[in-house]
Amino acid sequence: MTVETHDPAPHRGAPDWLWYVGVPAVGAVLYLLYGQLIPISEWVTALFPVARDSHTGEAIAFFVYDVPKVLLLLTGIVFVTGVLRSWFSPEKTRAILAGKNQIWGYPLASLLGVMTPFCSCSSVPLFIGFVSAGIPLGVTFSFLIAGPMVGPVGLGLLYGLVGWQIATIYLVFGFTIATVAGFVLGRMGLERYLQDWVRELNAGPVSDLPEERLTLVDRLKIGVEQVREIVGKVWIWVLVGIGIGAAIHGYLPEEMMLRIMGGEAWWSVPAAVVVGVPMYTNAAGVIPIVEALLGKGAALGTTLAFMMSVIALSLPEMIILKQVLKLRLIAIFLAVVSAGILATGFLFNFLL
Amino acid sequence: MKTVKVYGPGCKRCETTEAMVKEAAAKLGVAVEVEKVTDAKSIAMAGVMSTPGISVDGKLVHAGGLPDAGKLDGWLRA
Repeated sequence: MTVETHDPAPHRGAPDWLWYVGVPAVGAVLYLLYGQLIPISEWVTALFPVARDSHTGEAIAFFVYDVPKVLLLLTGIVFVTGVLRSWFSPEKTRAILAGKNQIWGYPLASLLGVMTPFCSCSSVPLFIGFVSAGIPLGVTFSFLIAGPMVGPVGLGLLYGLVGWQIATIYLVFGFTIATVAGFVLGRMGLERYLQDWVRELNAGPVSDLPEERLTLVDRLKIGVEQVREIVGKVWIWVLVGIGIGAAIHGYLPEEMMLRIMGGEAWWSVPAAVVVGVPMYTNAAGVIPIVEALLGKGAALGTTLAFMMSVIALSLPEMIILKQVLKLRLIAIFLAVVSAGILATGFLFNFLL
Repeated sequence: MKTVKVYGPGCKRCETTEAMVKEAAAKLGVAVEVEKVTDAKSIAMAGVMSTPGISVDGKLVHAGGLPDAGKLDGWLRA
């Protein structure tokens, strides 16, 4: 075996200039394609032997238009987010938040929750890492709620499929719920409902990894890697979500929608939360459904409540957190976040 | 003989990381014992917050995401 001096991360594959040329080129092609989706999808729809204005025709048109649109948007958002997030890490976030007991620790945690890359499978080590570093429980919760709730994928798709107004409302209220819910949970003194071993755990040593120096090309690679991983994982949810959206768009009678999800039915907001929490999908799968619901005249508040509870609260996540939180704390957590979602839903149904 | 620990609750990337370590060790001809640490408590105690993490002979060298193949070779050789 030859022993070489190991130079840090030798670059393999494409040379750097190819990245600088290739990424904008691919972006431009995808952008042009995105602009031509309506004629393309109408052309494809016309190939089916059904009348364009029949129920089936409407459903097919919705599906054929939304699938490439969502996949293109998803690719763009995931790439940009992947590149931006390469400047953040859970370790840096922890260092920023540690010792921030002041009131603005909560909004800061919500903000960092959106920017910090972490996968839900490592939420337990992350939770312990935060709490053991002396980050208050409430601040940690703000972080954990904001991550999924105001994720860039959900926001970007809302913007692309429904419009900037609703995307902005969602951003503002999602952020507020994460911040306020964390604050309320922090005030409740819930430390005793952590699993005993977590409380006894003394601050785990902060990992003293040398900070990696990344070049711009490294960051672009991270973006591409993220696209491969995330789009490769969620495309099936996207198809299922668009399929449901297409069925709603094509077949569901409008008056029935108004009866179930209209603004008059007060119970529709809590019902939307009850239905939304156990639904396990992700933002990319639920936004096409939201698009179809709003198009059929569902009340905005009810739809927002549904979307937030699907995205922000999920049972598998709760089961993972059971390792560190006692059941009682999980219940309180669910109750506080649901209350915020309900309030948002009622507010918008009342205002509009 | 190096002891390599791969920290992760058992997601797909953690398995990929373990496979990468074994493959790199075989390629370099370095004798390693790879241990997977899946218990949340042990992961946290090791100072790993983002998984998968890797330690070589008790020293943490990597946390979060798949390791770079070139760096992995470096850790195993060192």
